[in-house]
Amino acid sequence: MKKELGIFALLAILCIIISASNPNFLTATNLQNLGRLIGAYGIFSLGLGLVIITGGIELSVGSMMALLGVLLSMMLTELGWPPLLAVTCCIVIAALLELINGLLITRGNMLPFIVTLCGLLLYRGAARFITDDETKGLGADTNFEGLRFLAGGYLFGVPMPFVILLVTGAVLWVVLHRSAYGRYLFATGRNAEAARYAGINTRLVITLAYVACGILTAISAIIFAFYTNSISPASHGNFYELYGIAAAVLGGCSLRGGEGSVVGVLIGTALLQVLRNLVNLLGIPSSLDFAVMGAVILLGVLADQIFKERRNRRQVTQMRESAKSDIAPV
Amino acid sequence: METNSVPVLEMNGVSKRFPGVVALSDVHLKVYSGEVVALIGENGAGKSTLMKILGGVHSPDAGTIRLEGKDVAIESPRAASELGVEFIHQELSVLDNLDVASNIFLRREPTRWGWLKLVDRKRLYREADALLQKLGLELSSRTLLGDLSLAQQQLVEIARAISAGARILIMDEPTSSLTLSETRRLLEIVKDLRAQGVSIIYISHRLDEVKEIADRAVVLRDGRNAGMLRRDEIDRDPMVRMMVGRDLKEFFVAPTTGDHGDDRKDWLTIRRLRTLRYPGQVVSLDVGRGEVLGMAGLVGAGRSEVARALFGVDEALEADISLGGQPLKITSPRDAIRQGLYLIPEDRRTCGIIVDFSIRENITLPGLDKYASAGLVSPAREAAAAERMCRTINVKAPSTEMQAANLSGGNQQKVVLAKWLALSPKVLVFDEPTRGIDVGAKAEIYALIRQLTSEGVSVIAISSDMEEVLGISDRICVMHEGRITGTLRRSQFSEEAVMRLATGGEAQDVR
Repeated sequence: MKKELGIFALLAILCIIISASNPNFLTATNLQNLGRLIGAYGIFSLGLGLVIITGGIELSVGSMMALLGVLLSMMLTELGWPPLLAVTCCIVIAALLELINGLLITRGNMLPFIVTLCGLLLYRGAARFITDDETKGLGADTNFEGLRFLAGGYLFGVPMPFVILLVTGAVLWVVLHRSAYGRYLFATGRNAEAARYAGINTRLVITLAYVACGILTAISAIIFAFYTNSISPASHGNFYELYGIAAAVLGGCSLRGGEGSVVGVLIGTALLQVLRNLVNLLGIPSSLDFAVMGAVILLGVLADQIFKERRNRRQVTQMRESAKSDIAPV
Repeated sequence: METNSVPVLEMNGVSKRFPGVVALSDVHLKVYSGEVVALIGENGAGKSTLMKILGGVHSPDAGTIRLEGKDVAIESPRAASELGVEFIHQELSVLDNLDVASNIFLRREPTRWGWLKLVDRKRLYREADALLQKLGLELSSRTLLGDLSLAQQQLVEIARAISAGARILIMDEPTSSLTLSETRRLLEIVKDLRAQGVSIIYISHRLDEVKEIADRAVVLRDGRNAGMLRRDEIDRDPMVRMMVGRDLKEFFVAPTTGDHGDDRKDWLTIRRLRTLRYPGQVVSLDVGRGEVLGMAGLVGAGRSEVARALFGVDEALEADISLGGQPLKITSPRDAIRQGLYLIPEDRRTCGIIVDFSIRENITLPGLDKYASAGLVSPAREAAAAERMCRTINVKAPSTEMQAANLSGGNQQKVVLAKWLALSPKVLVFDEPTRGIDVGAKAEIYALIRQLTSEGVSVIAISSDMEEVLGISDRICVMHEGRITGTLRRSQFSEEAVMRLATGGEAQDVR
């Protein structure tokens, strides 16, 4: 919990700075917009968090979002499928693609980085090919009102994506921090060999994390599709995987695996979106958008690392035995 | 060996306090030129802390270090190295992606072309080869470290230390992962180095080695000097007494029955077991209910492979296993666990426990369902069970929430055991039950094994420690290069009999 506290403090400080310099930050419209974005980005970031806890990585999220977006558009507008069927189809496709990723990683012993990098290229190519590289739309605002509500609607003034994020977050929190599966996930990410010796089916645990990531990505993809209302296959979802990874890392997930929390990823996502908001509201040239984010992530992770090392050093000195390797002449 | 009146090393009144723990309190250590001093004591006695102070990793809170009569402050490992103090670690610190010569001369490569500092490869290999020859190692300095055996890698590390001009060589448990013959070789080299005037501080749990090689033994207990033994006084009993501060008469708990017959041999039966490492060899074993079957042999004889196949970590190529008359199909650890067949693996820190997990999380991991209702794990129920287990088998820790990484080896091993005891074992397979564990915890684990067998648990104990395997087993089966060369009953037990079978010699009493 301490770890989340640090990043939460950073988020709070940023919010105070922005609201002090621009009163527009605290207006209902701005907060609702911010909430919608946090919701949309947060859902798939949680999925990435799960994958990162296994010690893996998922780079194909953005491309998958483009592929699912154009497929959704085609199913709804060109094939005229009922919304429920189209949405289910998207979720199943995403789950299957991630199932394949999971199997390649756990059965084929391939590196997650490579497998999902290939996914990044493949899905993007597929999205562009099936659309002839043409932008797909979802038509007038009156179409598919039910689905549109998920992206643009409100529940008691709270944007729907944010509501969906809170619900998925709550479910995942229970799964990750209270269920046996969650414990197995951390055990596998920490030390897959020891987890296997304890009788955990590590392959299944890892594969399930990827599948869950796929399902969450699909939910995000549907929201984004209706949020933008048009999907350009070449650019839709570009860099989204990096937003997710950044949110997870900011939120305390370790790329070495076995570390992370739902609350951390949520705060990480919020922080990223608040930063983008900051660029807008403080009149920083929008070309610096990414640079600001990069700088803050770097500083955040660096600060975290410094605290961690200080903590470790304290722990190490308390240990009586062990750590012979640190004496090696360098 | 105390020919020179000025000791090479003199540590006086060294104290070191860590938050909450006094690691060392007024410790003295003298080492003379060309002397092998064994530093012994239980885990946590302060040996490593003392050596880390000498190695420049920790600075002492009080006390002085004198090298050849001169006061020195050793502020970093590098400073230690420059003063001629070299460390051979228990866990090797060689780079296995570089060749032997590059490892030996790392950071001290002979260079040419002035400031360009190109590595003089010719000289590098020539000097490395000369050094290897001097140490009696028959290997090329161009061999990749990763292609060498653990023992050879260790010798390369010794070569590195010597070439760096070591006057004092600290060896921390150098033989813990060596085979018998490799150990002999290492001890010979230590003797050679001593003859060349190098002083050696030798940390070991293996008292036989200490007895053979040490000129003096310095014993630490609870961070203090517990005593010193001269060459002619070094013997098992006084050493153990000083280490634990009491007599360990009941070190091994004798089997409940002596030489029992075939009546108990039908509990766990293994037939036609073939492993990937030795596909051409077939292993058949029987273990009776409540029996300890020792498995002796040299490292690499295929014993661990049998254990791993039995537990399903590595699937056997072929095997007929049955427990209590029921055939078992084991293709993964989960299958084995479901049948009450558990493995306490050799490599505790990578396979036995998850070091970043708490004691509680480690103990409950394989049976987490037991502590869950409606899929949700109850930490309170876990904690209660973990605490109960820790009390039963005497895990020394302030709380079950403590990270397993912070426990001593003996307590970590007990956590591994607790994990399985919470699931009522039928068969326990120990791969090196007490490797790297101090004497006190060893005795506790032996007693625990006996208690388990008296409750009807069958135990297979793979051990490279001769004394241990002879001490705890009801029967010993000996392996050599993938096959069982013989099985000994208690009346046939002797070090010679085991060694003869382990080296592939003619079996006089094959089953």
